Amino acid sequence: MIQEFKKIWKGYALGMLWLLGLLWPLLGIHPDGTLSFEKTLTVWLYIFVGTAICLFLYLLNKSGALELVTDPVATFRKNVLGLSKQMPSWVWLVVVLVLALLFPVFTTRYAQDVAVNVLIYICLGLGLNIVVGLAGMLDLGYIAFYGIGAYSYALLNIHYGLSFWVCLPLAAFMSCIAGCIIGYPTLRMRGDYLAIVTLAFGEIVRLILNNWMTLTNGPNGILGIKVPGIFYPSFFNGFSMEHLWLKKLHYLYYVALMLAIVTIISVYRLNYSRIGRAWESIREDETAAELMGVNTFLLKLLAYAMGAVFAGLAGAFFASRMRFVSPESFTFLESAMVLCMVVLVGMGSIPGIILGAAALIVLPELFRGFELYRMLAFGAAMVVMMLFRPSGLIPAKRVGTRSEEREN
Amino acid sequence: MPGDPILELKNVSAGYGRIKALKGISLKVFPGEIVAMIGANGAGKSTTLMVVCGIVPVETGDVIYKGNVINGIAAEKLPTMGLCQIPEGRRIFPRLSVRENLELGAFYRKDRETIDKDLDRVLTLFPILAERKKQQGGTLSGGEQQMLAIARALMSRPKVLLMDEPSLGLAPIFVQKIFDIISEINKKDGVTILLVEQNANLALQAAERGYVLETGQITLEDQAETLLHNPEIRKAYLGE
Repeated sequence: MIQEFKKIWKGYALGMLWLLGLLWPLLGIHPDGTLSFEKTLTVWLYIFVGTAICLFLYLLNKSGALELVTDPVATFRKNVLGLSKQMPSWVWLVVVLVLALLFPVFTTRYAQDVAVNVLIYICLGLGLNIVVGLAGMLDLGYIAFYGIGAYSYALLNIHYGLSFWVCLPLAAFMSCIAGCIIGYPTLRMRGDYLAIVTLAFGEIVRLILNNWMTLTNGPNGILGIKVPGIFYPSFFNGFSMEHLWLKKLHYLYYVALMLAIVTIISVYRLNYSRIGRAWESIREDETAAELMGVNTFLLKLLAYAMGAVFAGLAGAFFASRMRFVSPESFTFLESAMVLCMVVLVGMGSIPGIILGAAALIVLPELFRGFELYRMLAFGAAMVVMMLFRPSGLIPAKRVGTRSEEREN
Repeated sequence: MPGDPILELKNVSAGYGRIKALKGISLKVFPGEIVAMIGANGAGKSTTLMVVCGIVPVETGDVIYKGNVINGIAAEKLPTMGLCQIPEGRRIFPRLSVRENLELGAFYRKDRETIDKDLDRVLTLFPILAERKKQQGGTLSGGEQQMLAIARALMSRPKVLLMDEPSLGLAPIFVQKIFDIISEINKKDGVTILLVEQNANLALQAAERGYVLETGQITLEDQAETLLHNPEIRKAYLGE
């Protein structure tokens, strides 16, 4: 252990010094021109002590001194995993579904709010996964379709009074059309060039939303969008159908849950279909796919359109939940966030993306205790994640096993 | 050679932008034969195959398959017509399983039963692939990948198979194996083969007729046997 320490202490010391150098300008220079060192030092000291403890534990573990603790944990884990493998997968699905259904009963408004956000991002992440994970096209402007979906519902609702349920397919359709319009001329490009064009497309949509005052009310956004409503049968005064606005947050939670489930099922079906396989062949080698009789252009366009559909659904729901839309919600940062969910936590695997969406939305909330340094902690968490699980928290295990799964 | 050619190129030229890779090529492939096309690097061999498959567009001239002009037909339609290419460098789908690779070979076909039948057939033809059915394509060795590429092409039930350098980067023992398989496919299944090779010796031994390509033009055309004993060919391509 001492030898191990000798090997790495220089790197550690250098890293901490470097961190100090980075921290001081961030924390020590005040807007009014005064300088201070105290705060920097305390923050730095916290980080120093924290990482030192982590390093110490890591070294202990490596030298085998922690076997007393890690061995029982490992056997316990093995047992639990073995047990979970024995159970059919539908048991887990039912457990998760029941937990999801009961979630609003036990939780606060705040937790429900975060959960609704997570569900929206699950839809977005799974939609983007079709484009990035399956068809292998890097899309940096994905949030544009989300924006188009949101504005479609907002405008149709404000001007024509159409209800949420009518607008949901319409918003998906509009996004799909937008996906085809942008897809048709650009999908001849490959790789980096496609990424740049999609990035530009995202910006174009945001700028249009921002500047077309007569239609979108520009940066002021659109106010007064209705939440979804439902009819339910009432036997109170004889039989009648009553209307209910789903204004309460836990009602909206169920709408979001329904959308997420629809998305998960459709993406799962697509993933395991002929089309899904064709998408993967395009990702692997486009020319070879073409030589095998895969209509690459049509299928790439379809991937783009399908991705847009799910973004459109999520967008319409987003507009109805916020009851307000403005171009600010559809910036490049959002695209990057969704892309992170897809790539960071396991490209191509549906559970991975669900977990990714949860992690990327919940982590910044958990770090609220850090106040100003919230995003710093979030960034550090992402770096640590990439270092220890470079292929994602739940790597797509199905690669190469799908045909066999279908047989069973 | 009796009958009409199944594949014919009539004075075809093509290129990449200003670079002319093919300057008026004419060749004929008759049903059931193996035709070898040999030539140095950059002579236009691979381009010829890419032109036939519609990946590189024809500039002038005609590509005729079974009596129909096929230039301008989308590349992905050709496998349905029985024309399939095994591209240079194998180009299998590395992160898909061997089985998925094979099923993609039959992508345009929708009848499960005959696909499964063909799957069994190619797996008996290549027993090594049957062993590795569940493995990812990218984890196979070079020779196994070449077999997978051939098997994948066979899954589309080709009438004419275009092969681009099947011996590329393979150990001599594998090269011999691959050429045995090529002969077998040709004899047993009656698949017509147009073979592009750097390894002129082996290609001409396997083939019935041969074409020699030099800087985008065909300079020589003869029976493979004759080409094999042509002193100029031996000097230029067989290193004597």
